[in-house]
Amino acid sequence: MKHHFDVRIGPVGFRIGSAWRRPVTELATLYAGYPGPDGGIADFTVRLEPERPWRRWLRPSIAIRGDFTLPDAAPLSLAHGLLAAEMGMNLQMALGQRRFLLLHASAVERDGRALLMTGHSGAGKSTLAALLGERGWRFMGDEFALLEPDTGLLHAFPRLVSLKNGAIAQMESEAAAERFGPRLGATPKGDIRHMRPNPRAIAEMGVPARPALILFPRYGFEAADRPMGASEVFVRLTQASTNYVALGEAGFDALSTLVRRVPARAVDYPDTATALGMVEMLWAELAG
Amino acid sequence: MPGPVYRAEPAAHRRHIALDTLDLIYHRTSGITHVVAEPVPQILAALEQGQADVTEIVRRLAATHELNRGEAEPVIAARLLELEVAGLVARA
Repeated sequence: MKHHFDVRIGPVGFRIGSAWRRPVTELATLYAGYPGPDGGIADFTVRLEPERPWRRWLRPSIAIRGDFTLPDAAPLSLAHGLLAAEMGMNLQMALGQRRFLLLHASAVERDGRALLMTGHSGAGKSTLAALLGERGWRFMGDEFALLEPDTGLLHAFPRLVSLKNGAIAQMESEAAAERFGPRLGATPKGDIRHMRPNPRAIAEMGVPARPALILFPRYGFEAADRPMGASEVFVRLTQASTNYVALGEAGFDALSTLVRRVPARAVDYPDTATALGMVEMLWAELAG
Repeated sequence: MPGPVYRAEPAAHRRHIALDTLDLIYHRTSGITHVVAEPVPQILAALEQGQADVTEIVRRLAATHELNRGEAEPVIAARLLELEVAGLVARA
């Protein structure tokens, strides 16, 4: 392709090809400091192509293509090229990743042990992980946590943090301006602004951690937490995994071991300050 | 008229992990994970002694569990039909 950008995020190498320069320039700026794929060979390829040949110039419209493609995915405008690249990378992981059990969860690490947070869209897992990442924890990822079946270790996937709507202003007051990408208005998910994880998250992204606590946060409720049984956690995590079925028995082993070893809590919270306090309290109580 | 006789999928085709209130059964042949409650694991265990009809399965279960045989038979029969659909037991 005319333009391309190579990057490694945690253990996964990507090549993003683009018919336009702009998305690649934005990616290179935002992923400053990230290494390239191991040995220069990407695991997955994303291609940002015109939806039709003339749409390269005329009202440019990006179709997300790659090793794995959703046939009916709606194209995005060139102004949303960065979002298209991120969606393309997520899509390759969701449909093609076979080395790790993929959990749709955010993760942070402290003292070699990982806190996993998962829940429905809007539950706050991404914002909480981003905030914890600025407050003494190591940010491991806000979208996918990679569980290695052989070892039970969690591998980081610290791609750009995808901040949505209210979380944007919250993180703008926490992190330096140069870590933020352009504000993308009126995307299918509302306003989005990408933020580069801090230098520690990038420098240590090759270091896995042992899962020690699983939280299922829920935003907009009075503060409360309740223990969750292993079977409830198992069912919720199969729903949060895009490749549980594809991994077969290795996935079953990995997930059934995780839910038996690691305590889990459902956490309701009214605001992020309360949530951060609850996380610290539950971590101290349960992750020992 | 005697009811159907069932046999379980060979134990080697299954992985069974007991969690809290529910058990996990991974069926190697289909790659499907079943999340099951009592008395499903007990029925599969009873069938490991060999194929059996509902009456015989209930007799085996009664040896280790406190149950009313008359009340248990329709419950076990219903679970066997579900297990047959799931592919974990078959008619012998």
